[in-house]
Amino acid sequence: MNLKLKIWRQKGPKDNGKMVDYPISGISPDMSFLEMMDVLNDQLVEKGDLPVAFDHDCREGICGSCSMYINGEPHGPGRGITTCQLHMRSFADGDTIHIEPWRAAAFPVIKDLVTDRSAFDRIIQAGGFISVNSGSPVDANAIPIDKHDSDRAFDAATCIGCGACVAACKNASAMLFTSAKVSHLSLLPQGQVESRDRVLAMINQMDEEGFGNCTNTGACEVECPKGISIENIARMNRQYLGAAISYSPPKATGGGD
Amino acid sequence: MAATGLFLCIFLLGHLAGNLQLFMTDEAGKLQFNEYAKFMTTFPAVKILSYLTYFSIVFHAIDGLLLTLKNRKARPVGYAYSRPDKNSSFPARNMAILGSLMLVFIVLHMSNFWVKMHWGELNVDIWLDANGNRDLHSVVMHSFKQLWYVIVYVLCMVAIGFHLWHGFQSGFQSLGLNHPRYTPIVEKTGYAFAVIVPALFGIIPVYIYFFG
Ligand code: HEM
Ligand code: SF4
Ligand code: FES
Repeated sequence: MNLKLKIWRQKGPKDNGKMVDYPISGISPDMSFLEMMDVLNDQLVEKGDLPVAFDHDCREGICGSCSMYINGEPHGPGRGITTCQLHMRSFADGDTIHIEPWRAAAFPVIKDLVTDRSAFDRIIQAGGFISVNSGSPVDANAIPIDKHDSDRAFDAATCIGCGACVAACKNASAMLFTSAKVSHLSLLPQGQVESRDRVLAMINQMDEEGFGNCTNTGACEVECPKGISIENIARMNRQYLGAAISYSPPKATGGGD
Repeated sequence: MAATGLFLCIFLLGHLAGNLQLFMTDEAGKLQFNEYAKFMTTFPAVKILSYLTYFSIVFHAIDGLLLTLKNRKARPVGYAYSRPDKNSSFPARNMAILGSLMLVFIVLHMSNFWVKMHWGELNVDIWLDANGNRDLHSVVMHSFKQLWYVIVYVLCMVAIGFHLWHGFQSGFQSLGLNHPRYTPIVEKTGYAFAVIVPALFGIIPVYIYFFG
């Protein structure tokens, strides 16, 4: 296959950056998108140019690092896949392919296609934990959990933190990601103790990072490689409303805090 | 946003019920409509509802526009090539533009009918009918005999239709009211609402223009 690539090149965080054309030939339709990028980078290095920087790790759709906005959609055409699971057979010979980094104030570009997604880590740190006794592990199934709830919690837990939801959203909102993290814990009995504080703290952190607000366009759900549903967003809205109304700030009454 | 938006949907139903009386274009219809218009501007319970409506429109419009500006800031550098049509609907992406169109319409609409009904003394365009009520009916008939006004009105109903196509269901989602069993019903109701309500509003001026 012969292709015309248009790729965002940016030397560093302060550089303005621009789209650059790279014609490429001899691409096999069986290659994954990242393998095609590898071929391009080999050619660039041979010519003495700097290779295109992009994030990748597992190359099997589980780590969430391969963030690329391909032909106007996060992770390119196709549903339920990451960029590393996208294959060149999804394109036709002679196609032009636009490749850009995620665009969001909260995801600043570091270099070329690499963005800083540590805002997601800080959202998780704000509330993505539960209080359990350390020591020997508890027996499996010691706490009875409704099968439907555990399935829903598990569905939410499949979020890989890739950021496609933010990249797709016209408001660069992180509601799908945050709601997946909130639901994953709050649907289970172990997550109940902190559930009110969690939803308040995580949403607060999300706003502080500069993500936009959800207007329910549903673009996130369509583009999410893990099929996370916006039902989670509604669940988080419900919990937030309840928590915001019932929250009373703790008062120190002795015995430390 | 959601609470005011959904309240305004209820308001639209009430407003529509009143407007449908305008299909009676004869003398008896005129007296009845003017009686109704007087009731709507003087009855205390309606007054409270109308203040709630004014508040909702102002709050909804200001909050909606501020929200849109804030959301723009969340993506300072846009994409060189983007295909949002692949993952979201046209109305969902253009709520602020559709809403602003409606705002322009609401101002025009209020200055035409509402101002005359409330501040008629200051305005020589409104007369009294045989029962001594302000003759809003004739003002409406006269307005809708002007082609440009009918066209503007119908176009704005199209904008409301699009706004509600996304807005109705979105309001429920914002309030956290999502359920696999009920959400499809809410969505279908919303689509029906978004088509039927603006269509009925829009047919009235067309009817008056041709048959009034
Ligand atoms: C009769 C008048 C109106 C009705 C019935 C109405 C209804 C609605 C509803 C139900 C929503 C969804 C709320 C949510 O998802 O939380 C909405 C959203 C919105 N409305 Fe309106 N609206 C009206 C007028 C306006 C006006 C005059 C403007 C402004 C300038 C406006 C701007 C917006 C915006 C920007 C949103 C975006 C929020 C979103 O996408 O969810 N609306 N409207
Ligand atoms: S919700 Fe989906 S799109 Fe968003 S970060 Fe998680 S896996 Fe990626
Ligand atoms: S490289 Fe890990 S998900 Fe694509």
